Amino acid sequence: MYNSLSTRRSFIKKMAKLSAMTAAASMFPGILFASEQEQGIPNGADLEWKKGPCRFCGVGCGILVGTENGKAVAVKGDPNSAVNKGLLCVKGYHQTMCIQSKDRLTHALVKKNGKYVQTPIQEALDIVANKMKETIDAHGKDSVAMYTSGQSTIPEGYVASKFMKGAIGTNNLDCNARLCMASAVTGFLTTFGADEPMGCYEDIDHADYFITWGNNMAEMHPVLFSRMLEQKSKRGAKIIDFATRTSRSSTASDRSILFEPQTDLAVANAICYEIINNGWVNNSFVEKHCNFSKGLTNIGYGVEDKFKFADKPEKIDFSAYKAFLKEYSPEKVAKYSGVSVKDIKYLASIYGDPNKKVVSYWCMGMNQHTRGTWMNNLVYNIHLLTGKISQPGNGPFSLTGQPSACGTAREVGTFTHKLPKGVVTNPKNRELAAKIWKVPVERIPSKPTYHATEMFRAVDRGDIKFIWTQVTNPLVSLPKTSRYRPGMEKKSCFVVVSDVFPTPTSDVADVILPASWHIEKSGLYGNSERRTQHWDKMVEGPGETTPDAWMTIQVAKRMGYGDLFPYSEENHVEEIYNEYRQFHEGAKHGMAPLEVLKKESGAIWPYVNGKSTQWRFNAKYDPACSNGEAFDFYGKPDGRAVIWQRPYEPPAESPDSEYPYWLNTGRVIEHWHTGSMTRRIPVLHKAMPSAYIEFHPDDAKALAIRNGEQIKVTSRRGSCVLPASINERGLPTKGQVFVPFFDENMLINDVTLDAFCPISKEPDYKKCAVKIEKV
Amino acid sequence: MPIKSYLAHPHDGQKAELVKALSDIEACEVMPATNENILVVVTDTLDDASEEILKEQIDKIQSLKLLALVSGFNSPQN
Ligand code: SF4
Repeated sequence: MYNSLSTRRSFIKKMAKLSAMTAAASMFPGILFASEQEQGIPNGADLEWKKGPCRFCGVGCGILVGTENGKAVAVKGDPNSAVNKGLLCVKGYHQTMCIQSKDRLTHALVKKNGKYVQTPIQEALDIVANKMKETIDAHGKDSVAMYTSGQSTIPEGYVASKFMKGAIGTNNLDCNARLCMASAVTGFLTTFGADEPMGCYEDIDHADYFITWGNNMAEMHPVLFSRMLEQKSKRGAKIIDFATRTSRSSTASDRSILFEPQTDLAVANAICYEIINNGWVNNSFVEKHCNFSKGLTNIGYGVEDKFKFADKPEKIDFSAYKAFLKEYSPEKVAKYSGVSVKDIKYLASIYGDPNKKVVSYWCMGMNQHTRGTWMNNLVYNIHLLTGKISQPGNGPFSLTGQPSACGTAREVGTFTHKLPKGVVTNPKNRELAAKIWKVPVERIPSKPTYHATEMFRAVDRGDIKFIWTQVTNPLVSLPKTSRYRPGMEKKSCFVVVSDVFPTPTSDVADVILPASWHIEKSGLYGNSERRTQHWDKMVEGPGETTPDAWMTIQVAKRMGYGDLFPYSEENHVEEIYNEYRQFHEGAKHGMAPLEVLKKESGAIWPYVNGKSTQWRFNAKYDPACSNGEAFDFYGKPDGRAVIWQRPYEPPAESPDSEYPYWLNTGRVIEHWHTGSMTRRIPVLHKAMPSAYIEFHPDDAKALAIRNGEQIKVTSRRGSCVLPASINERGLPTKGQVFVPFFDENMLINDVTLDAFCPISKEPDYKKCAVKIEKV
Repeated sequence: MPIKSYLAHPHDGQKAELVKALSDIEACEVMPATNENILVVVTDTLDDASEEILKEQIDKIQSLKLLALVSGFNSPQN
């Protein structure tokens, strides 16, 4: 990126300084180095600053990228962004440093006689289109699939959906957000009938308590966590960490409460039991705004191919719900949850105190759970029983992992069952899609096909014969990669991978397409708080790199669907967004016009009469409320949210004499997901060069394991060798080991289990049984 | 050519002394937090040996309670 050594050194120094500032920000509330930020920029630089959202996580911080002579040379936090108010985490500051990595995919590569041959992009797109067409002609529409991402931009997701569902006519489209957010979606839909959080990040400025459920926010949502710490220091707000592992979040919290894996279901019910038994129910809220329901139980785990499940909701009344909760008294739950009666009562008393405002935060701990939908329902129950919802500082808040898991995967709907508005099973939703897409309604199939795990099972079985992945690395991120890697290597399936860097997924591709990185194209992302953010292309990409949306359009045109994709290369982002906005017109989901998004650092939908709606379902803030009451849960036909009776059920696999330890997997602050970008950013790679396996010190002692020793972790699926880590980054509970999944050289997902929540189909990466051996 | 960054924690009430002591060392760049009792220190040395000597020199500073490494890497030669 730099010609002279001195400029390069000063840049690296700036990065080193920023890492330290960010580390300090995760330890100290509201720490300020503000005046120093601009001083770190290379001397004499004449920079043009362009705004956009951060490429990495779902917090969606606003960034300003400084460009000089067509190169990105600096990144700083956008002080105008309400999300981060100028602050960024270590990933955010360093994000553009991967673009020029030496092994960047700059040209298309086509496998010929077992070798990758550099191929002009137009020729590679011809091959992709021809192969897709041939496959459909020979084996039918459902023999081809696309697998995209919560990191795809809104236009990229939109054209993928239009291409697969509207042009080809198959629902074989799913995305990696299935692996992280699907339980949040089904949780929202079953309880409220409308996806995505009702509140916004401004809740942080009002809450008295933050209760984090299995969520290491200090590492995964660091900027939000530092905003919480700031409130802790300024106003005495309290953070309670409820988790299965002691993490950086636990140590920075006021209280850390640990529970046994899977028993969060029981503890949530015990909190409701306490709320009811102590008379803390907000009766008028519940009477006016809630219904009670129960669903099926013993619902399975989806470990077998072609698993099917459909819930059968049944209305119940408050007394039936109360009777059900008798099994969940704090005394009974304390026996198997590892949480003391005192701590359960303490948690309940926080939620139950009518004078305390409480926000619950969660992310993967609750979503990647074989009862993920239930867990989401149960936390909503707590907020509904107490009426602590949809008000500044009061509400349940499901955070997202990926920068556009909300904006693209959920709102555009790049899931097999989804359309940009609604679901494929709903005739009205299909009609609207057909009208806007200008296709015959019969072309859009009414039945969902493969969710992510089942899609890769279908590849392995030979049912899917062509798959195109964009902006994702499934052969590192799927559970049980020990099955799905050999599946993708089979000759029966033609694999196309669009990416920025080579990955273990591109290693099995027949065609590799060179994708533009984030700031090398224009785009839009939608973050966790329903904020849509736009950015303009900032720099040229190298070689023949091309935006994913444009590659999809090019393939669609070659397959004869040109009339459905009349967009221009220069303005396709704008044209696609304007077409997409039509799906969400109205007070319940209106999206801000592009002109607004170009000027402002994002806007929150529903965007109505020139204003973001910060708290949905509350008539004071949300113009879509129409029932004349203070609250209107208008996602449900009767305007009432549902309090669900959901029991504790055990996980799909628990430790036994042969495999005596729990395996929990997750992330670290330095790396973004599978590490394909962040491991190419020197400062991040040096800070966290490889994965490790964390032990509780008592377990390490019993096994005579020392720090750094090579350990083989084995499950019924596969094994992985990693260095031991004791008393370093995190501390798992006794009987549990933790491994981060960012390292493609240590594929922990060869070990994990592909059990999933039968309702959301989201896999559980947090619980399976393993044995431990020294190598 | 190592460049490293640290968080330096001063003993109570000795932040100003620590800033001064570290600023007097040529290879150190110091950035005190405006509102917290902590400093960011970036060191820039020619080789590992001088980095070691510098580290010893910093460790001797009386007002320093704790020095925690945040990031460190060797800048390439070209
Ligand atoms: S918190 Fe997330 S969005 Fe914000 S800078 Fe860090 S990685 Fe980017």
